Amino acid sequence: MKGARVGNALLKTLAVIVALHFLVSSGALAANSADAKAPAILLIQNATILTVSRGTIEHGSILIRDGKIAEVGQSIAKPQGAEVIDAIGQFVMPGIVDCHSHIAVDGSVNEGSVSVSSMVNIAEILNPDDIDIYRDLAGGVTVANVLHGSANSIGGQTVVIKLRWGAPASRLPFEGALPGIKFALGENPKRSNFSIRGQEKRYPATRMGVEETIRAAFTEARDYKSKWDDYNKKTSVGEKNLIPPRRDLRLDPLVEVLEGKRYVHAHCYREDEILMLLRVAKEFGFKVRTLQHVLEGYKVADEIAAAGAGASTFSDWWAYKVEAYDATPYNAAIMTRRGVLVSINSDDAEEATHLNQEAAKSIRYGGLSREEALKMVTINPAIQLGIDKRVGSIDVGKDADLVIYNHDPLSAYAVVQKTLIDGRVYFDRTRDIAERADREKEKKALIEKEKKADAEKKPEEKRQNEKKPDDKPKPSQSGRGSAADESDGVGSAADSDRGAL
Amino acid sequence: MNRLRATTLFRDGLILAAVLAFPALLAAQQPAPRAEAPKAYALVHAKIFTLAGAPIENGTLIIRDGKIAAVGAQVEVPQDAQVINAEGLQVYPGMFDPITQMGLREIGAVASTVDSTETGNYNPDVVALTAVSPSSEHIPVTRVAGITEVLAVPASGGMDSFGPNGVIGGQASAIYLAGWTVDDMQFKRSVAMVVNWPEIQTKTFDFATFQRKEKPYTEAKQEYDKQVTELTDWIERARHYAQAMGHAGPADYERDLKLEALVPVVRGQLPLLIFADRSREIRNAIEFCDKQNLKMILAGGSEAYKLKDLLRSRSIPVILRPMLTLPLYEDDPYDRLLSQPAELSAAGVKFAFGSFDNSFARRLGQNAANAVAYGLPYDDALKAVTLYPAQIFGLSDQVGTLESGKIANVIVTNGDPLELTNEVRYLFIRGQLTSLDNRQKRLFDKYSARPKP
Repeated sequence: MKGARVGNALLKTLAVIVALHFLVSSGALAANSADAKAPAILLIQNATILTVSRGTIEHGSILIRDGKIAEVGQSIAKPQGAEVIDAIGQFVMPGIVDCHSHIAVDGSVNEGSVSVSSMVNIAEILNPDDIDIYRDLAGGVTVANVLHGSANSIGGQTVVIKLRWGAPASRLPFEGALPGIKFALGENPKRSNFSIRGQEKRYPATRMGVEETIRAAFTEARDYKSKWDDYNKKTSVGEKNLIPPRRDLRLDPLVEVLEGKRYVHAHCYREDEILMLLRVAKEFGFKVRTLQHVLEGYKVADEIAAAGAGASTFSDWWAYKVEAYDATPYNAAIMTRRGVLVSINSDDAEEATHLNQEAAKSIRYGGLSREEALKMVTINPAIQLGIDKRVGSIDVGKDADLVIYNHDPLSAYAVVQKTLIDGRVYFDRTRDIAERADREKEKKALIEKEKKADAEKKPEEKRQNEKKPDDKPKPSQSGRGSAADESDGVGSAADSDRGAL
Repeated sequence: MNRLRATTLFRDGLILAAVLAFPALLAAQQPAPRAEAPKAYALVHAKIFTLAGAPIENGTLIIRDGKIAAVGAQVEVPQDAQVINAEGLQVYPGMFDPITQMGLREIGAVASTVDSTETGNYNPDVVALTAVSPSSEHIPVTRVAGITEVLAVPASGGMDSFGPNGVIGGQASAIYLAGWTVDDMQFKRSVAMVVNWPEIQTKTFDFATFQRKEKPYTEAKQEYDKQVTELTDWIERARHYAQAMGHAGPADYERDLKLEALVPVVRGQLPLLIFADRSREIRNAIEFCDKQNLKMILAGGSEAYKLKDLLRSRSIPVILRPMLTLPLYEDDPYDRLLSQPAELSAAGVKFAFGSFDNSFARRLGQNAANAVAYGLPYDDALKAVTLYPAQIFGLSDQVGTLESGKIANVIVTNGDPLELTNEVRYLFIRGQLTSLDNRQKRLFDKYSARPKP
């Protein structure tokens, strides 16, 4: 998702689109994990285990039963019927939790027409065929917080997913994880860096307006809630023939925020807007669960810690816009030292493939310990998403979401060998490489087939096709086909918070 | 120095008491005395990776007058040298990032801070060095990552840069990442002519209007052909212009600054730095340069692996875009870009790594290390951020290795400079011990010291 040049290079010819479309719909890409099954009992042996919660175990074993971690220790006898992964010389850590992701989304991540778009829900447009799910798995990510973009002061409803590549959309959401809602402050919601043709300048256009947009929405939500509370109270004591308040799909999620049933994930950069949101939240009696990006968080780390908000930031992005000019790679370290719960996120399908490396940078910039660095991509984001009872560390009873590296994961030389979710291997580097020749062959055969079919078409038919370019197959059903075109050209701007939107 | 301070204090007798009481105020009132750098430096007890032979254990490196005066295990330390005990540390040539927009772009979203791409399609006469801002905050931030020299490349995009880059983008300049003025920073004013090879694009996104545009293939192909024809025409006109220049005095032909800028290109003195990623475009660019007899360096090269034999046989070097980029196509192997350097190295293609950016320039070492993780020999990775870029741009007689007589661009680290958690302890540019402070470090210091509210 980086740069117009790659984006341009991605724009394909018709022939390639046809071939790709065909290939993807044939399911060839999903073959890598489609046949994977979770063994009932799995034993990982001889590994250096980075538990995150209880230090490092050298030459250790992890026993997995029915997708859960059953035992962790120096040496575990192999139960009968157990499958074994010999991880000699390798490192196992908990699956990476990415607290800010835009993968697995079908189409645009912004409903940019209104500045309060709380009625839309990203869970309804999950795309399980998005190749970025697989790519991020290959980077050790097992859980992603899938968010809308940052076009609006109050964006849409968000969902936490497990990267179960090959499973249908309905199986992606993390069971029991509290849903969230995206907020956005600063340059993006006020549209400082771009305008949309045909669309008039929209309110809010200043940080003052952003605050008022949020305050107005919650004032409405509070009134709406009290109407419902009143109605429910009366009906509960037996009053009859009451007309219920009119259902408002825009305000319902905000009421959930007020009731603590929905987390607020707020995109923000500058110190003043961070304090603004914390004040407004206090005024209405809700908590900001995470401040996202929060590149000036280090300036108000004490206030963030006091408010109990989490911070989910980048390792070293800066200077792409004015509000990112005071960004420093020391941000995570300062906030950690001042008692803020900090995670390192990606906001980008590519960045997510090396979050372990990004976390390691806080050792160099700010002097965090190895343990603190590791936590920032495992247990800390798990706590921020309220899923730490299930994932984020290698402990008995937790989901067997694990990554196996060939080298210390806090090094640029580490390569993911296997990624497991619920005890099942969803990514296996050895197998991926072994299957490449077959996939290449299959692709070639499909392209040949298409070419042949095209050659057999009658000349008139061909001419017709040439005349009507609109009729060409749309790659959108194939997920990444369209996502790629968009996110690499448009997407770095529109999809990710980093760019224009 | 002391005399200057005393005289001024005497003149400002009224504030004398105050400044004596508050040394900080004194500093604020007085211009800093002009610094005098030591004549020579001696790095001793270091492990020295010269990249021109085996590493030297417990070695000594002498820097004098901006150059490396001596390097070896048995080198005498001169009397006047400032000695730096580098025991337990490692010494390397400074890294060289061959594609950046350093000094040309400060904040991506703020047009008034961006000078990286001129408008129009054909700008052979614009030179990056002209617009390099020595005060850019990106420079000291990048230095901390061990990078001592870069190319500032016009019309080379960048992660925060959107919109067209034109076809002939201008001349890339080699700059040192230190200097009081742009003249100090100048390494070589013109090292390559930038060409963005046209692409057949059926889908584009217009950032000015924020709208997607689509056109039929035939139309896109026509536009592509038109641009290639125009480019050919520019080169051929430049060749005629060069002939006129060779045969006549300046008064006998009408001067054309754009064609004049292309003369070194057609004379084979200045290489084309051609940006192309897909194999089709790369192949067309190679054919073009073959036909026109031009020297070519490929930039980007996401599908260079498909043409590795051709690249090797034509001795065309490649500046690879960061490995930390998604593959071009969704059905490419997930590690397509990560494993490419190993494949190119095995095929004998010469390449260097570039950041293609400013704010991510400090990820240059990380990129090289990632290539090692996916099979590239370490030695190649280290040279691909030091010696190879210097060779590719014809500057290896001056930088890229630690050898006597070369420019003293040197870094001293606490370990492998490509590894994420290691850091640069000392950095020399043209023999000057250069500050490792920067805006981000200052913000860190300032806010680390913030009292509890």
